[in-house]
Amino acid sequence: MSDPGAKGPALLSPLRELGRAVLFLATALAHMRLTRLQIAETLRQIYFAGVRSLVIIVTCGFFVGLVLTLQTYDTLTRFGAGDAVSTVLALSLFRELGPVLTAILFAGRAGTSITAEIGLMRATEQLDALELMAIDPLERIVQPRLIGGLIAVPALVLVFNMTALLGGVVFAVALMGVDPGTFWGNMQNTVELGRDFGHGMLKAVAFGAIAAWLAVYHGWSARPTSEGVALATTQTVITTAIAVLILDFVLSAFML
Amino acid sequence: MKSSHQIELTAGLFLLLAVAALIFLAVQATDRGVVADGGYQVTAHFTNIGGLKTRAKVTMGGVTIGTVESIGLNLETFEAEVVLQIADRYSDLPEDTSASILTSGILGDQYVGLEPGGSPEPLRDGDRIMLTNSAVVLEQLISRYLFNTENEEE
Repeated sequence: MSDPGAKGPALLSPLRELGRAVLFLATALAHMRLTRLQIAETLRQIYFAGVRSLVIIVTCGFFVGLVLTLQTYDTLTRFGAGDAVSTVLALSLFRELGPVLTAILFAGRAGTSITAEIGLMRATEQLDALELMAIDPLERIVQPRLIGGLIAVPALVLVFNMTALLGGVVFAVALMGVDPGTFWGNMQNTVELGRDFGHGMLKAVAFGAIAAWLAVYHGWSARPTSEGVALATTQTVITTAIAVLILDFVLSAFML
Repeated sequence: MKSSHQIELTAGLFLLLAVAALIFLAVQATDRGVVADGGYQVTAHFTNIGGLKTRAKVTMGGVTIGTVESIGLNLETFEAEVVLQIADRYSDLPEDTSASILTSGILGDQYVGLEPGGSPEPLRDGDRIMLTNSAVVLEQLISRYLFNTENEEE
């Protein structure tokens, strides 16, 4: 919620926003509790954030795999290196495209609904009602969504990578006639388990944390009006995309 | 709207799918950690390593058995000092194994190819490979060729 008294230079307001988001995360982490009810609620959130995003992730993943193979195969055959297509496909998927695209799709599909849900709870005073009943909304509402997103995003990245690889196989092996043995063999020879696949999954976890955190924060701090909720939903997609792309570069630079 | 029991079940199935995808990708699409950390290190000195880079492959008989860990210059001999990391399961290489820097294909990357010797003693961690062949540098090859043909004309 914006504080009308605090007016500063335009440059300071994003900084203040960042500070509020960090403080919110710290408070939410401090309120974390592990009970059976919380685990059940987290599973429900994994369902809403993860299972409900499967269709978009699978569809996008399949077509990203297809087009990536099409483009790289076309480029590589100009150098007479068409067999390297599987290596390029797997490396770019595992290290970059899988985590980044999944995080951004997740922000659009699940992040927005989390923001809108919490924002509407705020607007309709459900959060206050919970507090009146001595139920901590940070614990009951925020925590399951944070953890659910943190688990759902890496799981979705794995599904995305697998379907994109499938799209690549369909294009390269079935349509372009690349030998399947060469296709998988080249991939297995060059893609390292820890350095390529493992680091990609680390990114996936980091992006999952970012996406879930920003979605929950924007919902929590939304102004309790229909306009405020609409603005917060937009903000979720914009800030998640920006944060993920910046963090992607930073993480890549540190891990290579 | 599904019942909460069904929702939890579907979420569990979703996580199971993710684990299956993890196993599939790790086994089918990566090197399964064959050239992971661990293993033992041997050094080899080369007069010229050409375009060899760290993390390049180390092979014997075409099979990848390790990676190039680091490359440095020995300030006494002014030779390149290449540290090779070889997986533990290939720990019985003969002591007089020789190393050469080869190129895969015409435009391919350079790698270190090992040729086994006949010694009964195995290479140990920290040992040095004594027999080495440097990389073939194209410019040197061409200049040698030009020089030789000039000689023939005389």
